[in-house]
Order: sequence, then C-alpha cells, then structure tokens
Amino acid sequence: MVERTQLQSYWKENQKLTAILLLIWFLVSYGAVFIVNTLNNITIFGFPLGYYMGAQGSIATFVILIFYYAYKMNKLDKKYNVADEEE
Amino acid sequence: MEKQKDVFTQNLGKIYLLYTGVFILFIIALGIAEQMGLQPKYIGWTFMFVTVGVYAMIGILSRTAKLSQYYIAGRQVPAVFNGMATASDWMSAASFIGMAGTIYILGYDGLAYIMGWTGGYVLLAVFLAPYLRKFGQFTIPDFLGVRYGGNFARNVGILAAMITSFTYLIAQITGVGIITSRFLGIPFEIGVFVGLMGILVCSVLGGMRAVTWTQVAQYIILIIAYLIPVTVLSVKVTGVPLPQVMYGQVLQKIDMKEKEIITDTKEQEVRDIWKQKAAELDAKIKALPGSLESERQALQSKLAALPADAPAKDREAIEKELKALPKTPEEAKEKWTELKKAAEANAKTPKPYIQPFARMDMKNMLILTFCLMVGTAGLPHILMRFYTTPSVKQARSSVGWALFFIFLLYFSAPAYAAFARWEVLSNLVGQHFSVIPGWVASWAKVGLVSVKDINGDGIIQFAEISLKPDAIVLATPEIAGLPYVIAGLVAAGGLAAALSTADGLLLVIANALSHDLYFKQINPKASVTVRLTISRVLLILVALLGAWVAKFKLAIIVELVAWAFSLAAASFFPALVMGIWYKKATRPAAIAGILVGLGITIFYIIGSRFYGLDWFGVKTVGAGIFGLPAGFITIWLVSKFTKEPPKEIQDFVESLRYPKGALKGDELPPELKGH
Repeated sequence: MVERTQLQSYWKENQKLTAILLLIWFLVSYGAVFIVNTLNNITIFGFPLGYYMGAQGSIATFVILIFYYAYKMNKLDKKYNVADEEE
Repeated sequence: MEKQKDVFTQNLGKIYLLYTGVFILFIIALGIAEQMGLQPKYIGWTFMFVTVGVYAMIGILSRTAKLSQYYIAGRQVPAVFNGMATASDWMSAASFIGMAGTIYILGYDGLAYIMGWTGGYVLLAVFLAPYLRKFGQFTIPDFLGVRYGGNFARNVGILAAMITSFTYLIAQITGVGIITSRFLGIPFEIGVFVGLMGILVCSVLGGMRAVTWTQVAQYIILIIAYLIPVTVLSVKVTGVPLPQVMYGQVLQKIDMKEKEIITDTKEQEVRDIWKQKAAELDAKIKALPGSLESERQALQSKLAALPADAPAKDREAIEKELKALPKTPEEAKEKWTELKKAAEANAKTPKPYIQPFARMDMKNMLILTFCLMVGTAGLPHILMRFYTTPSVKQARSSVGWALFFIFLLYFSAPAYAAFARWEVLSNLVGQHFSVIPGWVASWAKVGLVSVKDINGDGIIQFAEISLKPDAIVLATPEIAGLPYVIAGLVAAGGLAAALSTADGLLLVIANALSHDLYFKQINPKASVTVRLTISRVLLILVALLGAWVAKFKLAIIVELVAWAFSLAAASFFPALVMGIWYKKATRPAAIAGILVGLGITIFYIIGSRFYGLDWFGVKTVGAGIFGLPAGFITIWLVSKFTKEPPKEIQDFVESLRYPKGALKGDELPPELKGH
C-alpha cells in the first residue's frame, strides 16, 4: 500500500510538470503570434521565423511536449509505485 | 474486461504493413493501367469501390456481440494504433480538403486553424486523457453522471454531445456526397447513399472495435493521398521532394511576385472595376424589392423584343437568365450581398501572403486559436477514443501518437498552400485568356474556380481569379499536371477522412442514446442483446436522419461546425477538467457551469451572427471566449456555496489521479459497479 503523503507528493510533482508544459505550450503558440512581427525579421531557410512558428514550429513543439509528458509521468509512476502496467 | 488477445491484435503491425504495401501496389497498378489506356472514369470507380469495400470487409471481420468490444473495442487498442485511429477520427473532410485552401486564402492568419486544431491535444494529454482512461467507462456522459451523481448531469452531457456531434456529422455526410458525386459522376443523393453504406456496414456490425480498425486503415490511405501530390508539386517547383522544408524559398518568391501585383496598373484597373461592381450591387440591394422587379421586367421585354427569326440560342440565354433571377426579395438580398462581398474583396489591394493580421486582427486570431484548441479537447468523439487503450500509460503516449499522425498532414498543409499559390501566381497570372490551362476549365464547371476577363485586355490578372478553398487540394493533381490516378487517390483520401470522422460521430450519438439514456435511465435491466440491438438500430436511424438533413445542402452547416468548437469548449471542458482537478466541485456547480457556459456561448453566437451584438469586437467563431471562463468561474463559485460532495465521490476523484489500483468500488455509488 502506498502512503498517503507519498501520493500527495506524486500529485504535486504532476501538477508542477503540467504547469511547466502549459507555459511552453502558451509561449510557442500565443506568445509567437503576439511577437510575430519581431520574429519575422529573422529568416531561416527562406522562412520568416514568425510565420514558421505558426505553420510548423508550434505544432512540432506540441508533439514533443506530449511525448515528454508521457515519458516523465511513466517515470513518476515508477518512482511512487503507482504504475498500472509493468514493462 | 477482456484479457485474452486474439490473433489479430497480436499481429497488428504486420497486418497493417502488408495492407500499406498492397495499397501502394494497387496505386501503381492503376497508374500502369492508365498509361495503357484505362479511362479516368473507371479509375475513379475502382478507387471508390476498392476502398469502401475494404472498409466494409474490416467491418464484417470485426463484427461482435460483446458489450465491451462494441463500446470500447475491448480496451485492447495499443497506443500507436489508437493514435492512428484518433488521427483519422479527428481529421475530417475539412482538414483534408479545406485546410490547405483556407491557408491559401487567409495567409498567415489561416494558421490559427493549424495551431488551434493541434494545440488542443496538449490540453487533452495533461488535463483529461489519462484520468478518463483510469475512470474507464463507456461514454463521456458516463463520467459526468458518476462524478457529479444523478441523471441531470448525465443528461446535460447527452444534450451537449448530441448538439456538437450531429452538426459535425452532417458536414461529413455532405463531404461524402460531394466527393462521390464529383468523381463517380453520380447524383449527390446516390453518392451520399453509397457513402452511408460504407459507414454503416462498419459501425453497425462491430461498433467501436470495427470503427477503430477501419479508422487505422483509413488513416493510411488519407496520409498517402495527402503526401504524394504535395511531394510531386515540391519536385516540380523546387526540384527537391521535401515540401515541408522547401516551401520556405517559395514563400520568398511569392512575396516578390505579390509586390509587383500591388503596383501593377492593369491590376489596379481590374480592382477599380470590382469596386464599381460592388457599388452597383450595393445600390441594387438598397433599392429592393423594386430593383428585382425592374430587372425581371427588363429581361422580359428584351425577350419579347427578339425578332421571331432570332436564333433559339439567344432566346434560351435570356430565358436562362430569367430563371436564375432570385425568386424573392429576401433571396435577392442574400445572393447580392454575397456577390457584393466577393466584389469588395477583389477590389482591395492584396495584402502580402505572409503578412500577419491582414485578414483577421491579432485579438481575433488569438481568440479563434484558443476556442479551437479548447474545443478540440472537449469533443466527445475524440475523448471517448482514450477509453480504448489497455492502460493509463498507453493512454498518455497514445495522445502523443495521435498528434504525431495529425502533424504529418498539418505540417504539410502550409506547404501545399504555398506551392498552389506560387503555381497560380507564376503560371496563371499574366497568361493569355486563349491559353488558359485545362484544370481551370474543368474546375470552373463545378464552381470551385472562376477566371473572368474583367477589364477585357485578354490577359489574366490576379484580381480576375477566384478560387474556393476546396479547390486547392482537389485540383492540385491537375494543376501540377499529374496523371489521373493521383486525382483518384486524392478523392479516395478525402472520402476516407470524411467516412472515418462520420463513423466516430455516429457512435457518440448512438451510444449516448442507447447507453446513457436507455440503459442507464430507462431500462437498467436490459440484456446485452437488447442493448446492442437498440444501439445498432439507432446508428442506422441517426445516419439516415443525417443524410436527410445533408440533402438540403444548407449554407449554415459550415458555420455550425465552426461554432461546435466554441460549444464544446464552453460546455464539456470546464465540467470535465474541474471534475478531475477540483475535488470539491459539486453537482449543482457542474450543472450550473455547463448551462451558463453553453448559454452565454449560444447567446453570443446568435446575437453576433444575426442581431449585430458585439462584445469587444469578438467575431462569432470566438464566442467560446466568453462561455469558457464563465463556465469555470460558475463551477468554482457555486461549489463554494453548496454542500461539499460526499466523501466517496472525493475519494473516487482522488483514485482517478493514480494509475495503479482499482477504483475504490466498495465506496462508490451503485452505477459504478457491475461492469
């Protein structure tokens, strides 16, 4: 049986991870739209950076964020012994 | 819950790999047949019947009489495959056919759809998917019913699920009808019927299980069909088969060419003519109903004045014009206003393609992105897919796979749009009207493309071209001069996208009625056979109802789909998130939250669309920006002033947070037990 305080710190760590990921989520999408004109001064491979963030940069980041979340949470599950599936 | 795996689920990877290989061979074989003289018409028919036949066969092979298979595919869908199924469940006819075209027309501002329709998966991953999987029932109203207790919360959930899913369903059925009728040359109604058979064979026999395995098959077809034409286009324009990287250069070329267009005097001339046309239309609208009447009389007297020996062709032309006149002043107002808007748009000096906020201001772009994101995370047909994975762990990575598979298409869409724009700017603008490319004529016939010599100089100006969003993906194979087999492939891909989404939506509606309404409330003692029979009959009825509504081709459907996101964002999302993340959220709070969120959103949609209501300049599609926070605040506030939820509910919420261990079944209300 897992201790109650243990479970609480598992949940705290989850909340912290969630908050960090959402901050990145916010910055790469809304943040990039907000400063798009500044970003557009930078050009990479012909792409103005502001346009690129909206078209590809943000969604590539989203994919990475979700896989990172899954990876981190699986580690947390093991650390606190609450995993529902063994390897 | 079923533990034993069958031969099929053990060999998923091999089976779908083989399937992909066979499909590619099939395309190559058809391509060779075309070179040897097979007519385009037969290529279209072969594509339709082979793909729909495959979906039907998967449906028949996956038929089931077990509840857990029928509702949640036995919770045996591995993360990667659930991701693929979710991707095709999610990507509708609008994503496949319309997305690139929307970006073509809106430029940077259209990227709100790219970010909005993907960013929601981050919210889904961290706020909902793992917890819903731990809860592990059959439907989304199930969750509301158990978490908040009582039938009222469940019924509000049923209502919200029906509203969002049904409007969406009609749009998919319409898409199926358009694609089949255009590529098979059959009437719209028969096209819808053929498509419906494909949808129903699958979902009726095998429920979620069959729909899941068909959606995986449909994903493979739609992604191949999307990537092949854009890659070929990339080779044609840049010489390198990497469209997602190469279109950066094209953006630069577009920008330079557009600068020429802005200052070109001939272009300015055409824009001035458009301006004049808009003014004329405006005057005509203001003079209604008199202007309609005088137009009719003018045509009638022209007809009467024709000499008796005038060629029949002239007579027919005037009669045709008379017939095309709007029947009522209301109809005239609607039609002419639309024409006026189009003329005004053409009259404006074009804004550069990559310039931000040229067609939508920053505030509205941010709000639209936000509503689409949260709406995505609140759509029941997506949420319910996360009940089907074997574990919480797999539910988490499954969201990642879903977005990855969506990403493959979405991150190619801006490339598609840019190449198409460049083709139009470089190969169409400046051409002589006598040498118009063939694709313009063939797509003009169905009204997706129009090119008119407005200023009569015999040269095509940019302001003389109008393309509907759907034309981009559908016409690209011809724009790029590819063999017809590719056009057939694109049609098959669009059909796969529409059918897979329709299947998911049908299941949501039929399950809400058969499971949440009938079994949970009307007849909890119903046997498995009765429950499945009711669900199957409902599937057929809802599909027929959807087809019947689609027949009217209502213009409002496209708008309704956009509103569905705001509605889902404001109704489901706050109640689901608070249900998991806020233990003390109470039943009255949740009910009030859903009703307030839904109410404010509907109020603003109707008010701003029809009665000129305007809060802070927010457009109708952004209505959720008011409803969503209102929903959250209502739930929080009402919870403060109502009696705390019972301890067993709070324990239940807590147990959702930890993947391991069964839910504390002994302390739970009776409806949670017994599965």
